[in-house]
Amino acid sequence: MRWDVVIIGAGMSGLAAGIRLAHFQKKVLILEQHAVWGGLNSFYKKGGHHFDVGLHAVTNWLRPGYKGPRVPLQRIYRQLRIQPEELALEPQTHSYVIFGDARLRFSNDLAELTSEVSRLFPKELDGFVHLSERCAEYPEAAADTTPISTRRMLSEYLSDPLLVDMLLCPLLYYGCASEHDLDWEQFVILFNSIYREGFCRPRRGVRQILDVLKDRYESLGGEMRRKSGVAELRVTDGRVGAVVLESGEVVEAEVVLSSAGRVETARLRSDHPVETGRPGELAFTETLWLLSQDPKTLGFDGCVTFFGTAPFSWARPDQPEDLSSGVICVPGNYAHQEPLDRHLLRVTHLADHRAWVGLSGPAYDEQKALWIERSLDTVARLGSDLRPYIQYTDSFTPRTVVKYTRHDHGAVYGSPDKVKTGRTDLSNLFLCGTDQGFVGIVGAMLSGINMANAHVLAGAS
Amino acid sequence: MTENEVSKLILDIIHDIAPDEDLSDVKPEVRLRDQLDLDSMDFLDIVMELRKRHQIEVPEAEYMELSTLAGCVKYLRPKFEAKAAARA
Ligand SMILES: Cc1cc2nc3c(=O)[nH]c(=O)nc-3n(C[C@H](O)[C@H](O)[C@H](O)COP(=O)(O)OP(=O)(O)OC[C@H]3O[C@@H](n4cnc5c(N)ncnc54)[C@H](O)[C@@H]3O)c2cc1C
Repeated sequence: MRWDVVIIGAGMSGLAAGIRLAHFQKKVLILEQHAVWGGLNSFYKKGGHHFDVGLHAVTNWLRPGYKGPRVPLQRIYRQLRIQPEELALEPQTHSYVIFGDARLRFSNDLAELTSEVSRLFPKELDGFVHLSERCAEYPEAAADTTPISTRRMLSEYLSDPLLVDMLLCPLLYYGCASEHDLDWEQFVILFNSIYREGFCRPRRGVRQILDVLKDRYESLGGEMRRKSGVAELRVTDGRVGAVVLESGEVVEAEVVLSSAGRVETARLRSDHPVETGRPGELAFTETLWLLSQDPKTLGFDGCVTFFGTAPFSWARPDQPEDLSSGVICVPGNYAHQEPLDRHLLRVTHLADHRAWVGLSGPAYDEQKALWIERSLDTVARLGSDLRPYIQYTDSFTPRTVVKYTRHDHGAVYGSPDKVKTGRTDLSNLFLCGTDQGFVGIVGAMLSGINMANAHVLAGAS
Repeated sequence: MTENEVSKLILDIIHDIAPDEDLSDVKPEVRLRDQLDLDSMDFLDIVMELRKRHQIEVPEAEYMELSTLAGCVKYLRPKFEAKAAARA
């Protein structure tokens, strides 16, 4: 059988692209190497408990009744023909950015952040208001523009380096693939996603979103094969002629859309192209604890707490983890109509992939245990010691991310060198997802939609 | 096929693309974009749904014929009738 489109990867971007294509009657096959779908935001069961891999926050909260310029979630609902009730997103209450004694509280109402800026940094208020107005101008993502330094742009609006670091911290953690600085266009997108629109999550976590996507895709006739890693893209005459699976099976397709990553996709090609993109350097560890007590009573009342120390370093650390900053997420603090049935707290730190990816066996377990203890000490300084209340602990490292998603270095946001057009030098091979430049749950879905539209549906008749 | 029937098929498509829009009082002569929250991606989807559901092709140069509901009816009705005639 010859497919119209083969999609590599059943993450958010691959599933969204698959839905668009299957809706318009393309014969689509999604190939996923892992046993489950979801990619970087998948789910698993351990110790009798169900967990999400990630999902601190779905960004871009869409207020019911919102009127105004088109925002990302509206586009996703419309393009995928999904009703908002199906994703069942519920908003956050509030979150924090904490640097030492400075604590900015923010919510899904930008006015709250503005008043916090005026309370803590009164001299910066005008600059912040101008900055947020500029971000409201919603530039449509332009293809292949030269990157502009955000730190330089911000210096036109803000002069206090602490405020700059505090505002950047959540944005970098939730979507920056490059070290130290990010592209201005990406900053604007993230500013709006996080501070203007804000955070939400479905009560059931990522399963809610993934069930909707997978059910929709399959009900439209799309096919998904799991444990079906792509081993090779056989290139002939400037195009992918065949897709070879690890089982040896060969499938053919008019178009191949890959969410495996830029460098990772190039490596699958039989013609071994010279790849100029760099693999990502930024990786994370994440530890989660099931607690016997509500985190709110332990000093953690925010949905998401970003913490750091000035000057804030956004780079691969020179030790296994950088505990000087991190993100704490308490899913139970979201404004869910019905409270969650367990108390969960998760914390993320930047990690050095080199320190983790090569380890195995007892050495790996020891290293993990050591850093979990250190992370607990760090968390305790922001609220209380969780140790007396811990019922279950799980953690994962860059090594885990490599194993389950095959992203080089376990770099969650992929290569710093994005390919905004999604094009490669082959006429029928395109990138979607992480390395096309849109990250996060919402970003990845948008990327899948945009790439399916641009490279398959636009030319179809 | 009556004008009303064609109009209903178009509104059905718009409803599927933008279920949050109130379509009970769409004014035929006013640009759809000026009374409904539709952007260029939504318009492309209208064209693609016409192809998918009714096998009607709208070349890009003629997209502007679809800017009002009355325009849609005027432009699409002969196409629907040609399809019906071909089936008969
Ligand atoms: C711990 C963690 C927490 C996160 N939290 C959030 C959050 O709270 N909010 C948010 O918005 N985002 C979050 N993210 C980021 C978000 O998950 C990702 O940006 C997004 O899911 C990326 O989707 P994608 O489709 O681009 O890529 P992926 O999800 O990586 O999908 C790529 C898929 O391709 C498959 N694949 C790779 N190579 C092959 C091959 N050769 N053959 C077959 N299949 C292959 C992989 O297995 C994978 O399933 C988090 C990520 C992590 C790791």
